[in-house]
Amino acid sequence: MIVDDDMDYLFQLKLKVERFGFEVITADSQREGEQVIESMKPDLAIFDLMMENEDSGFILSYKIKKKYPEVPVILATAVTAETGMSFDLSEESNQEWIKADLFLDKGIRADQLEKEIKKLLKM
Amino acid sequence: MATLKILVVDDEPGIRSGVSRILRNFKVDYPFMDEMYDFKVFEAETGELGIELADREQPDIVLLDNKLPGMQGVEVLEYIREKKYDMFVVMITSYASLELAVKATHDGAVDFIPKPFTPQELKSSLETIVKQIYLKRMARDMKQEGKQIRFQFLSVLSHELKAPLNAVEGYLNIIKDRQLGHNLSDYNELVDRSLKRLQGMRNLIFDLLDMTKIESGKPSQKAENTDLVKITQNAIDTMMPFAIQKEVNIALDAPPKLIKFLNPEEIEIILNNLISNAIKYNRQNGCLNIDLHEKENQTIIRVEDCGIGISKEDQEKLFKDFSRIKNPKTKNISGSGLGLSIVKKIVELNKGTIEVESEPDKGSVFTVTLPV
Repeated sequence: MIVDDDMDYLFQLKLKVERFGFEVITADSQREGEQVIESMKPDLAIFDLMMENEDSGFILSYKIKKKYPEVPVILATAVTAETGMSFDLSEESNQEWIKADLFLDKGIRADQLEKEIKKLLKM
Repeated sequence: MATLKILVVDDEPGIRSGVSRILRNFKVDYPFMDEMYDFKVFEAETGELGIELADREQPDIVLLDNKLPGMQGVEVLEYIREKKYDMFVVMITSYASLELAVKATHDGAVDFIPKPFTPQELKSSLETIVKQIYLKRMARDMKQEGKQIRFQFLSVLSHELKAPLNAVEGYLNIIKDRQLGHNLSDYNELVDRSLKRLQGMRNLIFDLLDMTKIESGKPSQKAENTDLVKITQNAIDTMMPFAIQKEVNIALDAPPKLIKFLNPEEIEIILNNLISNAIKYNRQNGCLNIDLHEKENQTIIRVEDCGIGISKEDQEKLFKDFSRIKNPKTKNISGSGLGLSIVKKIVELNKGTIEVESEPDKGSVFTVTLPV
């Protein structure tokens, strides 16, 4: 499952992930993402951080983990490079409230992305 | 209540205790200041002790006698300047050494008080100094705040510029690797989307250019007799292709001419933005009513649409830099998020106001009132 409000990024990421051999379902807002979570359980989710709200990605992570704790979540963000804000999941205090398994920069190369996804799915 | 620290460096015990006594219940208050100031006095009988207290207490004001037993007053002054301490130094001096006081003022003391002084003389000197300190600090705070805003602006701007670049780059890579196969027409949508993102980027750059025109924050110097009706008509003509595409019916209610002493470039930016928004956020076959009129020495520009409207919550964000209202209805409408923020800045530079009334699914009315 991929959620991103930039329809071009969404299209391109979907294409990439499909080429790794996965089926992809997309949503282009936090609201639509919440609806998808209500109706189905993905094997893995990739959320954009800032959508209609600045913390949309965090909210979606929280909701999906509450419903399906075992589904790995990747937060894809361009935030770090642009704002200097960084979230490090190795810090225990962050692990507690950020319900994601991995932070990825949006500019990540396809082969790295494939490796990270397969690692999270233990493939 | 804020407290300013005052350091008195003087070898005469009478002067030191006198200053302490005079300032004990003294407060400075000006109508433009948001709080009152009172004082806390530190006493030093030698220059050496004065320096020590300056280091430790970081006083706001130093009352400094020049003739001291060891280290001289001017040397204390030099020390303070060398350390670049943010302190107002006032020389206390007898009439006989006024010339020296003038020189000290030249070297960086901001004022001098002739000795002996009456309590009233000391108080009025301090009132002037407090006013200066207050203004200086206010100017400094404003400068820092300005820097902060600029930094935020630039970081959001870089995001807004990078997003379309990434999108177009991504599409080009897909095309380059023929990821959708060898049928050329399968790539049509990718090319269209790329062109759309580039157009969005171009609009953003135009908006930034508009912004640089008003960036100085000063009232426009280029005011001239300007016909608002003509500018409105031009703006309508420019947007007509989009209006036709969306089948939006435009009605203009205005006198034949409405000539006002304003900067025509600024009026053009206001009207272009309001009218293009009214078309962009309209519905198919919607309405757009533009009304220009004068009322009691005011010019009123009213732009009404029957479009998608704006919720109360979103209306508050509407005029901020890069603020775009994101919901399913605005999903396919592109914009830089700068247009209304620019309009508001221009209107305020002209001492006018802009107001919005809106109801989701009914439409919006933007009313600009200019005091001309």
